[in-house]
Amino acid sequence: MELTRRRLLMLLPAAAVAWNYVSAGTPEASPNYKMTEHWWAMLIDIPKCIGCGSCVRACAEENDVPEGYFRTWVERYHVADWKIEKPEVESPDGGKNGFPPHTDDDGKNFFVPKLCNHCVDSPCTQVCPVGATFITPDGVVLVDKNYCLGCRYCVQACPYGCRFINPKTNTAEKCTLCYHRITKGLTTACCEVCPTGARQLADLKNPKDPIHEFLRTHTVQVLKPHLATEAKVFYNGMDGSVR
Amino acid sequence: MFKDGEHLIRLAAVFALGLAAFVILRAAVVPRSFGQYGHYRGAAIAEIASRPIALAGHVTCESCHSDIADQKKLGKHVVVACEACHGALAAHAEDPTSVQPKKLDTAVVCARCHEANSAKPKWFPQVATADHSGGIACDTCHQPHRPKIETGKSETAKTEAEGKK
Repeated sequence: MELTRRRLLMLLPAAAVAWNYVSAGTPEASPNYKMTEHWWAMLIDIPKCIGCGSCVRACAEENDVPEGYFRTWVERYHVADWKIEKPEVESPDGGKNGFPPHTDDDGKNFFVPKLCNHCVDSPCTQVCPVGATFITPDGVVLVDKNYCLGCRYCVQACPYGCRFINPKTNTAEKCTLCYHRITKGLTTACCEVCPTGARQLADLKNPKDPIHEFLRTHTVQVLKPHLATEAKVFYNGMDGSVR
Repeated sequence: MFKDGEHLIRLAAVFALGLAAFVILRAAVVPRSFGQYGHYRGAAIAEIASRPIALAGHVTCESCHSDIADQKKLGKHVVVACEACHGALAAHAEDPTSVQPKKLDTAVVCARCHEANSAKPKWFPQVATADHSGGIACDTCHQPHRPKIETGKSETAKTEAEGKK
């Protein structure tokens, strides 16, 4: 077809409509989900954690996490007697296949599951030079992989070591609090498979969520509170040696 | 007003042109949803939310496998979600015939939770598998969905376990 001036002018409105459709972005995945009605957090009950690594395996399967990288992992702490400032911490393959048998019973031994703390004032989102990482209106820190340059600023900025660069995409990656699940009314992959209920997803804006009663009646801490990141992963029964 | 105002008009024209170029470029380059909720691309939220799930969730499993759910209710493993042992199986829930879960090796799966470790809470049932069973598969004696061996019923548990194979 010969492209005359007349035909070009006729094509323009159609092109405008098509462009409008293209730039509008993908439609909302879950139409009944309202971001303003939620404020997501997580509760980790350390005395209940058995270090089985189910959460690590489920996370890897759910989110296609590359081998050797972790969006969540489990640490085993060994605190000898009074050496609270020098705990021995190990996490073989992120605790993915559980932990080897251990019988050292001097001092304290316990497991600590770790993940992104979904901080309200997160250092990682503040350093991003292109606006590729952000906290959503429902309190989840996410990475826009189409916008991320892979500059690694956020990887360095996170005081909890929760970010990594995906070797396939070369973009920053982290726990999304299973955003694709929680917006569909499901719980996160890690909470789904936790056999002892050591991990629980919590919605701080839902007055009926048992988290409120739990926070009122237990001694709960967040990691590195002195950094004032306003972390939203609450740890129950956490020892002072945990970093 | 000015004696030689012409060069000012030329300068203004250059500025106006530059401004127009900036506005047009910006409109073309910056995604429409940028700034919708903050200094980021608002459409990214829906993109991340639309990712397909891999773990179906125990509610979905139980809608078909109600017999297993009933068995689990009789024992302590009622609190353990199906996919904690069997792995992510949303694909199986979507297409139960062509996607089949793998057969598990109980000697590995059970040990992840129940291998003795001084860091595990004292209330949690633990064994040193080497002493307890010598490495043989746990489902030789225990029925994984209802693991307690009840006196006089151990033979039944054994046959049930074998029947599952």
